[in-house]
Amino acid sequence: MLRKKECVAMLLAGGQGSRLYALTSNIAKPAVSFGAKYRIIDFPLSNCINSGIDTVGVLTQYQPLVLNEYVGNGQPWDLDRTFGGVHILSPYEAKKDTSWYKGTANAIYQNIRFMKMYDPEYVLILSGDHIYKMDYDKMLTAHKETGADCTIACMQVPMKEASRFGILNTNPDGSIYEFEEKPKQPKSDLASMGIYIFTASKLFKYLELDEKDPKSEKDFGKNILPAMLAAGEKMFSYRFEGYWKDVGTITSLLEANMDLLGTVPNFELRDKDKVIHSRSPLAPPAYVAGEVINSLIANGCEVEGKVINSVIGTNCVIEEGAEVKDSVLMGNIVVKSGAKVNYSIIDEDVTLGVNAIVGDVKEVACKVEGKTSGITVLGRGIEVSDGAKVAAGEIVDKSV
Amino acid sequence: MNTTVGVIFSSINDEQVPELTKVRSKGSIPYGGRYRLVDFALSNMVNSGITTVGIITKNNYQSLMDHLGSGKEWDLARKEGGLILLPPYSDESEILYKNRLEALKGSSAFLKKCKEDFVVIADSDSVYKLDYSKVIEEHIAHNADITLIYHEHESNNRSYMILETDKDERVRVIDVNACGTGVRKHYMHAFVARTSFLLNVIQTAISRGYASFSRDILLAGLSTYKIYGYKFDGYYSNICSLETYFKSNMDMLDKSIRKEIFGDRDIYTKINDAPAAKFTETAKVKNSLIHDGCLIEGTVENCILFRNVKVSKGAVLKNCIIMSETHIGEDCKLSYVVSDKDCIISNGRLLAGCELKPYFINKGTRI
Repeated sequence: MLRKKECVAMLLAGGQGSRLYALTSNIAKPAVSFGAKYRIIDFPLSNCINSGIDTVGVLTQYQPLVLNEYVGNGQPWDLDRTFGGVHILSPYEAKKDTSWYKGTANAIYQNIRFMKMYDPEYVLILSGDHIYKMDYDKMLTAHKETGADCTIACMQVPMKEASRFGILNTNPDGSIYEFEEKPKQPKSDLASMGIYIFTASKLFKYLELDEKDPKSEKDFGKNILPAMLAAGEKMFSYRFEGYWKDVGTITSLLEANMDLLGTVPNFELRDKDKVIHSRSPLAPPAYVAGEVINSLIANGCEVEGKVINSVIGTNCVIEEGAEVKDSVLMGNIVVKSGAKVNYSIIDEDVTLGVNAIVGDVKEVACKVEGKTSGITVLGRGIEVSDGAKVAAGEIVDKSV
Repeated sequence: MNTTVGVIFSSINDEQVPELTKVRSKGSIPYGGRYRLVDFALSNMVNSGITTVGIITKNNYQSLMDHLGSGKEWDLARKEGGLILLPPYSDESEILYKNRLEALKGSSAFLKKCKEDFVVIADSDSVYKLDYSKVIEEHIAHNADITLIYHEHESNNRSYMILETDKDERVRVIDVNACGTGVRKHYMHAFVARTSFLLNVIQTAISRGYASFSRDILLAGLSTYKIYGYKFDGYYSNICSLETYFKSNMDMLDKSIRKEIFGDRDIYTKINDAPAAKFTETAKVKNSLIHDGCLIEGTVENCILFRNVKVSKGAVLKNCIIMSETHIGEDCKLSYVVSDKDCIISNGRLLAGCELKPYFINKGTRI
């Protein structure tokens, strides 16, 4: 029997995430921590397995070390398979036609041989930048029902933000007659989520055509989709309703973390039917002796200080007399006694000395102008010495 | 380099904690907010460099198998060796083994195939962290036949196996069912021997129809075998009743004990995915261990909460151990309660036990 997979997913995980500043100095954006226990890539990977897709190529390029180690053999997502499973696809050298990935389309083009190993009918293209839960199988069903060559997942966004996205202009039946990448004057509020299902043969055809076009930027949104539309291929939109957040900026990353808080949160991770899996570090349950209000605390933490409106990742120590408010602590962070953290995002392996002060209270900090709108960002592995002060809105990636 | 194989009894003395072993074997009793008792013996073996471990099972070992899986979490999913379950083996008329010696007989086929020089045999009813390779070093230095690991502490009038050793640690007296009080050397139900020696002993036991390991081999062999003791002086607790189970769990709220046992993060266990524990605006938590997946809306003091426990608004829990997936309703008051998994406590219930006799709730109960 010929072995094949109906649908293969290709996850674009090479993004640098430059607007996350210090958080992506040494790691790729999909490897950035989220929600105390996760990394961004857990969401598309878990969505795949929860949608019955068990073959995923993860395309890496920028700072892949942490990401590669994290994905590993895919076991935490049940993606360690004898046939299929998760595969890290990094750029490689060959006699011809290979190089660093030059754009999203070129990255997929360079891995056509990988996809063809599974002889798929359909290819799902994903990115590693978003926090959401989605059943891709429903989208695939829609793709089959409409007989489309390409289906683009989209959702309604506020009209004033529409110019930040790729915008779909659609007919009443959902078919797309125009695709505009970040239009100045958007005609609709249907934004592309960067999730595409292609009929495999069409995808391969247009990737090969695009590769031969020297003027192309080798980008899905700018080149492949417009080319298919111009050639009269059948393209449909697929409307997604639910929580979806691009966490490409410091403010949106903090917001998305805060969306997990509360009895009825904006984004619920506690429902059991679509579990988001992650590679959990081994740690005992959190020890809590201090005051913890409206927050998430992961295993391995030792909390003797005060934590308010915050998300605290695995193995953090918050000593007696320390205070953390309106902040995200990603993991392995020590906040020594008397230290105060306000309105900040702190990456892994950071130590804050006794009486150190990081950020300013939210009400004051959010009026500070700057790249992060007043949110203080501390990069991975740094130390803030005893009594040192990091002002609101500062981005620090060296010890102070 | 000497190599070592491990053997763990997962189901000895199950009857000591009937509440918790009704639905499982002793080794799979949930502990410390996320672990099972077998994790301690198994992790100790792995951390001692042992890569082949046989686990002897008896009754109700489904939950144990579910917990251990392929052994991957202990890095024991191997082509060579790894984790091997040894279910009851009976030939001819024999039914399930009745004692330790019969269990060992059943596993001798496994041991015969092992090429390792030494064997560590341990029960899974205790909580401690010990590098068994240090025991083997002493075993070799003493040129011993058997080295029994012991812990010195105050007895409290229950029956134990008590050792008396001379200044060279040679075991001179063994009391198999000793009562009484006083600081004494308690056998930790773990010993080391050469694999070939143990196999010989088992063979002799079979041919002579011996029935008890402690009586017919240890006691009877005091003069013929070189039996030595190894003094372990770290934290040790033995789970031999609901009371000791409760106390041992509560010990984990002590910072220095917690650091000794879990500080290196090398007690391995099965990993279940759950989001981080959520504390709402109304949560008040003091001196407690809270596992991922918990939702805390009420008051929790001196408690150990396993995965996905929900404590509703107005509920007050003091000195409780609540196992995974149990939901505590609004305005409940619980004190000295040990609840097994999957229980539902309806709104407004008042349940209380005491330190020596915690109130126990069976798995899946609805109150």
